[in-house]
Amino acid sequence: MTTKTLLPAKFGIYGGQFVPETLMPALAELEQAYIASQKDASFQAELARLQKTYVGRPTALTHARRLSAHLGGAQIYLKREDLAHSGAHKINNALGQALLAHKMGKRRLIAETGAGQHGVASATAAALLGLKCVVYMGMVDIDRQQPNVLRMKLLGAEVRPVESGSQTLKDAINEAIRDWVANVETTYYLLGSALGPHPYPTMVRDFQSIIGTEARQQILEQAGKLPDACVACVGGGSNSIGIFHSFLEDPSVRLVGVEAGGSGIASGKHAARYADPKIGRPGVLHGTYTYVLQNEDGQIAETHSISAGLDYAAVGPEHTHLRETGRAEYTYATDEEALAAFQMLARTEGILCALESAHAVAESIRLAPKMKMDQVLLVNLSGRGDKDLDTIMKALG
Amino acid sequence: MGLNKIKDTFTATFADSRAALMPYFTLGYPTIQASVDIIEGIANSGADLIELGLPFSDPLADGPVIQASTQIALDQGINIRKCLELVAQIRARGVQQPLLLMGYINPLLAYGLERFVEEAARSGADGFIVPDLPYDEAEQLEKICARHELALVAMLAPTSTEERIIGACRHTSGFLYLVSLTGVTGERNSLPPDLTGFVNRVRKHTSLPLAVGFGIATPEQAAAVGQVADGVIIGSAVVRAGKSGKVNEVTGLIRGLKEALEK
Repeated sequence: MTTKTLLPAKFGIYGGQFVPETLMPALAELEQAYIASQKDASFQAELARLQKTYVGRPTALTHARRLSAHLGGAQIYLKREDLAHSGAHKINNALGQALLAHKMGKRRLIAETGAGQHGVASATAAALLGLKCVVYMGMVDIDRQQPNVLRMKLLGAEVRPVESGSQTLKDAINEAIRDWVANVETTYYLLGSALGPHPYPTMVRDFQSIIGTEARQQILEQAGKLPDACVACVGGGSNSIGIFHSFLEDPSVRLVGVEAGGSGIASGKHAARYADPKIGRPGVLHGTYTYVLQNEDGQIAETHSISAGLDYAAVGPEHTHLRETGRAEYTYATDEEALAAFQMLARTEGILCALESAHAVAESIRLAPKMKMDQVLLVNLSGRGDKDLDTIMKALG
Repeated sequence: MGLNKIKDTFTATFADSRAALMPYFTLGYPTIQASVDIIEGIANSGADLIELGLPFSDPLADGPVIQASTQIALDQGINIRKCLELVAQIRARGVQQPLLLMGYINPLLAYGLERFVEEAARSGADGFIVPDLPYDEAEQLEKICARHELALVAMLAPTSTEERIIGACRHTSGFLYLVSLTGVTGERNSLPPDLTGFVNRVRKHTSLPLAVGFGIATPEQAAAVGQVADGVIIGSAVVRAGKSGKVNEVTGLIRGLKEALEK
């Protein structure tokens, strides 16, 4: 490939920049600005100050004693991204990119959102920095994540409903990209996950890697050793890549990503890109080459998950690379398992987690009993569950 | 066929001192059969080259009109294999003009790039336009197309830097597709004011024909673009005219556009 980017545009063979020509110069400009911000001490100091005094970082690491005892195996520790301001890890990336947009002189942010957490985080960061914010959201997601729609509006953002295609995250990203193509000179596209064209997967990972940096130090302090396994849910894959990254060079730490199994793989109604070889194959969606759920004609498949944040047909390219090199492994949890995990965590630890995060909890419920009591299982609790209460009450009947 | 046919077409329109007319139409829209009739009609009413859309579920460079048309085509079960069959049917009806297939990269990858180009060549296509495949990512497809002597047309946009213009000129074949505006496909009330400057910026670097598309809908707009460019591409307006499936509603538009270019 002849791509002349400053940072590597690919992870192994995955990633790249499959976008209309109109956006290519904007991606190059973004990459340059991002690299400059990494070296800019005042930018880094401002980001660190906001992380501490606004987001409330470092977020806690909680030893889930009752859950661990209940399962009778490994000691489970929860990285509490649900306690970050605005309710999820999404703020780490939104704030970093909004600061970057501000620095680049772009006064208008656009964002896509599935569960609404990235939309809320973007609206929050925009309000804080005095930027205009437009959030694209599929109609299906607007219906199932009403509390977040209201939050975005109260924060001063404009929520634009997307009625094309499956009316979920994929279609919201299509519309956001179309907006960006039309307004590229004045607008910053604040992409919310570790996907899309380079440099987004790298940049989003870097902004999210604070999760792993903190968790590594905290687990060493509290448990006195590195975890034996680290579990996180994978939609686009930003919370998982953020926590995995600090442990990539520690081969003793198993890295486990959990996709949305929806109604089960056999049903075809899921968002488990790696679990269903019939429809999960390498392809290009939204500017990046990675695993994509698609039919045999290469048309993008409609996905299903009870959690809007995992309901997406592609996955961040770095995850695909980690999977192929064997450094990380990927499994899935069904809607039913996620709901059961949500309830178990609520009743043993007093934490209402997001349905996305409940997928990671579900895997830890399967994994912990197979581990010894002195082993350590680190779970990334990526967000809080307030936004999901309607969905959960309906599902539980 | 292929690259040579495209070259001959532009040589002829250049000799006529006019820009080439290149309408776009979506294969499989509004029904699979009607699309073949309409494309034949487009060929018989003055098109110099024809761009044929290969439907994709997530056409992110397209505006609402073409999006809706590709969705309707997909709902009727269109896919790459059937699109190539339609190209062969169009050729069987005697259509002689260069046919350029416009499609997004994922369905082509799913079909297999090698197999796609080979079968496209056999069914009578002359080249390809892939809007989400900038030349930086196109190395493999470029090689396959070169082997079959088919065109792989690079796109440029008003935002393209000098470096990218040089890169696209080096990698394109047949002609260059200049996106007139920053935005998605679709009709606009007026042409971008800096279009001439953009065309001239590209002209400095290449002797290849420059075709301009996006946002051009009326004969007046086509005539104005024809003053500065070697080819005029019209998509959404043609697709909108084909909504009812009546051939004469499209051919009327094509004739009007052609007359405007011949003045």
